[in-house]
Amino acid sequence: MANYEVHEHDVIVVGAGGAGLRAAIEVSAQGLSVGLVCKSLLGKAHTVMAEGGVAAALANVDPLDGWETHFQDTMNGGKLLNNWRMAQLHAQEAPDRVRELERWGAVFDRTKEGQILQRAFGGHKWKRLCHVGDRTGLEMIRTLQDQGVHQGITVYMECTISKLLKDGDKISGAFGYFREDGRYVLFKAKAIVLATGGVGKIYSVTSNSWEYTSDGQGLAYDAGADLIDMEFVQFHPTGMIWPPGVRGLLVTEGVRGEGGILRNSKGERFMWKYLPESTKNGFAADETEAKEWVEAAIAGKRTEARRPPELSTRDNVARAIYIENKEGRGSPHGGVFLDISYQDPERVKKKLPSMYHQFKELADVDITAGPMEVGPTCHYIMGGIRVDADTAHTRVPGLFAAGECAGGMHGANRLGGNSLSDLIVFGKRAGAGACDYAKGLGGGQPTINEKDIETAIEELEAPFNREGKNPYDVAKKMNDIMDAHVGIFREEKEMEEGIAKLHELKNDIAAVAIKGSKAFNPGWHLCRDLKNMMIAAEAIARSAHARQESRGAHSRLDFTETDKGKWNEVNSSCSKEGDGMKLEHTPLPVMPADLKKLFEEKKKESPNA
Amino acid sequence: MRKAKLNVYRGDKNGGEFKQYEVPVEEGMVVLDAIHYIQAHDAPDLAVRWNCKAAKCGSCSAEVNGMPSLMCKTRMDRFGDDEEIKVQPLKTFPIIKDLVTDVSWNYEVNKKIKGFSPAPDEKEWVIHQEDIDRVQEFRKCIECFLCQDVCHVLRDHDRKDAFMGPRFLVRTAGLDMHPKDTANRMKYLKDEGHIGMCNITKCCTEVCPEDIHITDNAIIPLKERVVDEFYDPIGKFIKKVLGSNK
Ligand SMILES: Cc1cc2nc3c(=O)[nH]c(=O)nc-3n(C[C@H](O)[C@H](O)[C@H](O)COP(=O)(O)OP(=O)(O)OC[C@H]3O[C@@H](n4cnc5c(N)ncnc54)[C@H](O)[C@@H]3O)c2cc1C
Ligand code: SF4
Ligand code: SF4
Ligand code: FES
Repeated sequence: MANYEVHEHDVIVVGAGGAGLRAAIEVSAQGLSVGLVCKSLLGKAHTVMAEGGVAAALANVDPLDGWETHFQDTMNGGKLLNNWRMAQLHAQEAPDRVRELERWGAVFDRTKEGQILQRAFGGHKWKRLCHVGDRTGLEMIRTLQDQGVHQGITVYMECTISKLLKDGDKISGAFGYFREDGRYVLFKAKAIVLATGGVGKIYSVTSNSWEYTSDGQGLAYDAGADLIDMEFVQFHPTGMIWPPGVRGLLVTEGVRGEGGILRNSKGERFMWKYLPESTKNGFAADETEAKEWVEAAIAGKRTEARRPPELSTRDNVARAIYIENKEGRGSPHGGVFLDISYQDPERVKKKLPSMYHQFKELADVDITAGPMEVGPTCHYIMGGIRVDADTAHTRVPGLFAAGECAGGMHGANRLGGNSLSDLIVFGKRAGAGACDYAKGLGGGQPTINEKDIETAIEELEAPFNREGKNPYDVAKKMNDIMDAHVGIFREEKEMEEGIAKLHELKNDIAAVAIKGSKAFNPGWHLCRDLKNMMIAAEAIARSAHARQESRGAHSRLDFTETDKGKWNEVNSSCSKEGDGMKLEHTPLPVMPADLKKLFEEKKKESPNA
Repeated sequence: MRKAKLNVYRGDKNGGEFKQYEVPVEEGMVVLDAIHYIQAHDAPDLAVRWNCKAAKCGSCSAEVNGMPSLMCKTRMDRFGDDEEIKVQPLKTFPIIKDLVTDVSWNYEVNKKIKGFSPAPDEKEWVIHQEDIDRVQEFRKCIECFLCQDVCHVLRDHDRKDAFMGPRFLVRTAGLDMHPKDTANRMKYLKDEGHIGMCNITKCCTEVCPEDIHITDNAIIPLKERVVDEFYDPIGKFIKKVLGSNK
């Protein structure tokens, strides 16, 4: 058997985005030994790309804001499928977590009074997103990274975990390889926190990087955890669509938050048509009111005017763009126009600097002079590993999950800005949960089963020992299947075909082959990643196929209504059974009466979503 | 469709050579797309780092026709139809494989800089935008290390043993000019980071993809502070009395 190096910690955190870093900081602050493992260099995780902001009801700009409203907006945005307890903790704790970032050196944009500035975003009733221009994620990851480094966390960079190890039913470690030279590594640990992010690479048009291959979801699933709500995949309404080289790159919702207007090829401001009856009241009635709101926002003044219709939730805007195109009113490359050029160019450059550069340099478009062409791009997955709200513990003893790879917090649709806040709230909680658990285990490390290591190595080496499919071709095939059969709009027959094709594709995945050495060999890495991607793809397709309704990001052409009966009360849950995947529907946790009451009252007085 | 010729360095610490690949050029394509095309079609084991493809993460640094660049920001239509495009790893850092270099030295330097050190107080902070504009400029840094690659002190004289390099002068400036920070990093800058080794050639500023004015806004003011602290005690005293310096 091949050699491997061994490291031992109380807690291993897999993933060094916002969630993983925050978890590791918590573990180290509690005096336990922590190892932080990530596939890229430190500071390059997806969190670095987040643009628009982090949502927290600080009420610096809109004094009426408070955690209850943030909670209500989050639940409404998630079409009430959220784990209510997670949404509650999130809304209550986000302000403290943001202030903590500031104390650790994050430099947020300021109000005139010198407080943290907040901007509007889709689905948030009040201006709630703390931000740094349009590079909020960079500020957050750098702050956490430096805090962690100075706290003395041990970091294992460019290291991929390929298998979780157990001692009986309990977690005992993780196995993987260093990308640099392909050498193997065993981490012994009492508890493991997964913070590996999302799954976007299973679709062809995505804002996500090579890292988003569903690793955490796959690892947890293999270890016995269940994946909930996987049918809910967020297609961000505004991705770049032209030129082809940039297809999928994100155009931050901050553009709309700053007053960006969506128009179709006829010049119509179409979003008014698509506001659901139930939320219409929260939005400006006409151009004049919308303009008043934008002008007040720019001047930093309060206003009675309501938000522009472009600030509807993402699921809704993405669907609107899709329909405008289907009905022949799309832009030349299959999207619509997003325009902020009516504003002062200097202000646009100051508030949206990286958007300005992104369009100028990659698309030859000056966004201060003309509109951008935008269309939906796969962006985020609401579903994920099921966790306990308070501790982030999965159903596998010793296994925790936080951030995008965990499910429940966002229900059927995530509001912009609610991810960055999710990371710091539940990152800290997962770190604390793992500490409590590890302390509870007492002294020694749980046992590692040598046989499991052998299997892990065999699995990794297999692609070198056969002739077979090019992993890039197989990944492309998976993209094509998911695009065509389980995209933004879904339909029974389409999905059935898709599921069958995925099934066949499993044979290809089992036969991928690679040449070359184990040293920094991306093709080899992809061979393993494909297995995780398949778990996400199958879970998404099967959960979507079973859910016979439309809700949030899950839109069915054959079931267009949101169900008030069964589907209102269950989560989908996928777990491993033998060699196959078992799909169940488990009861949604019920909100306690006091929260429900607050929720219903609020709803009556201001029907917002 | 037009085809471009890319000469990509393939090799590791034991040596290597440029290999030529032909890539069809689509509108709006960047060098990183071309590298991905090669990976998917010709060389699945071609090593390259990337994450965002949008000039936000600083992963895809390489030297394109000799110029330290982000590959995801370097458009293919910048090159003439018959021009060969040469892509090679950063020269200043040891090669791992193909376009990937060992940049771990940078992370070690970073550890030595004293972190953010605010005075303990409980109140909500009041900080005005005009007092942090400069700090925010420094915090735009995406750690691409292109400035480290181009700086002759590191590149030609290989003084990684002594000089911290422009990236970490930028980081120190961001900490030092933060209105709430109380630490003094001047001795470190002078004796360990050796700020004195920078002779203000400004090459670093020229390659910074974030347009940070590394020399004018970060290095020169830091140099002045070091001079104030160590070589001009009277001036420092006066400034202190007048309250114009931290
Ligand atoms: C372009 C863009 C803009 C966005 N803007 C916003 C915004 O404005 N506001 C907002 O709230 N949200 C935004 N989001 C969403 C948000 O950024 C992400 O959901 C969030 O950053 C995910 O953080 P994370 O900590 O869960 O994971 P990530 O930051 O993605 O980190 C995952 C980590 O796991 C590691 N990893 C993965 N698999 C393995 C493995 N097998 N072994 C070892 N390590 C592994 C990776 O290397 C990485 O370090 C945006 C997303 C994108 C793509
Ligand atoms: S200005 Fe200083 S830091 Fe920048 S490249 Fe020249 S010598 Fe190096
Ligand atoms: S200062 Fe500029 S060139 Fe240097 S690492 Fe940062 S972003 Fe890159
Ligand atoms: S891939 Fe992120 S900077 Fe190029």
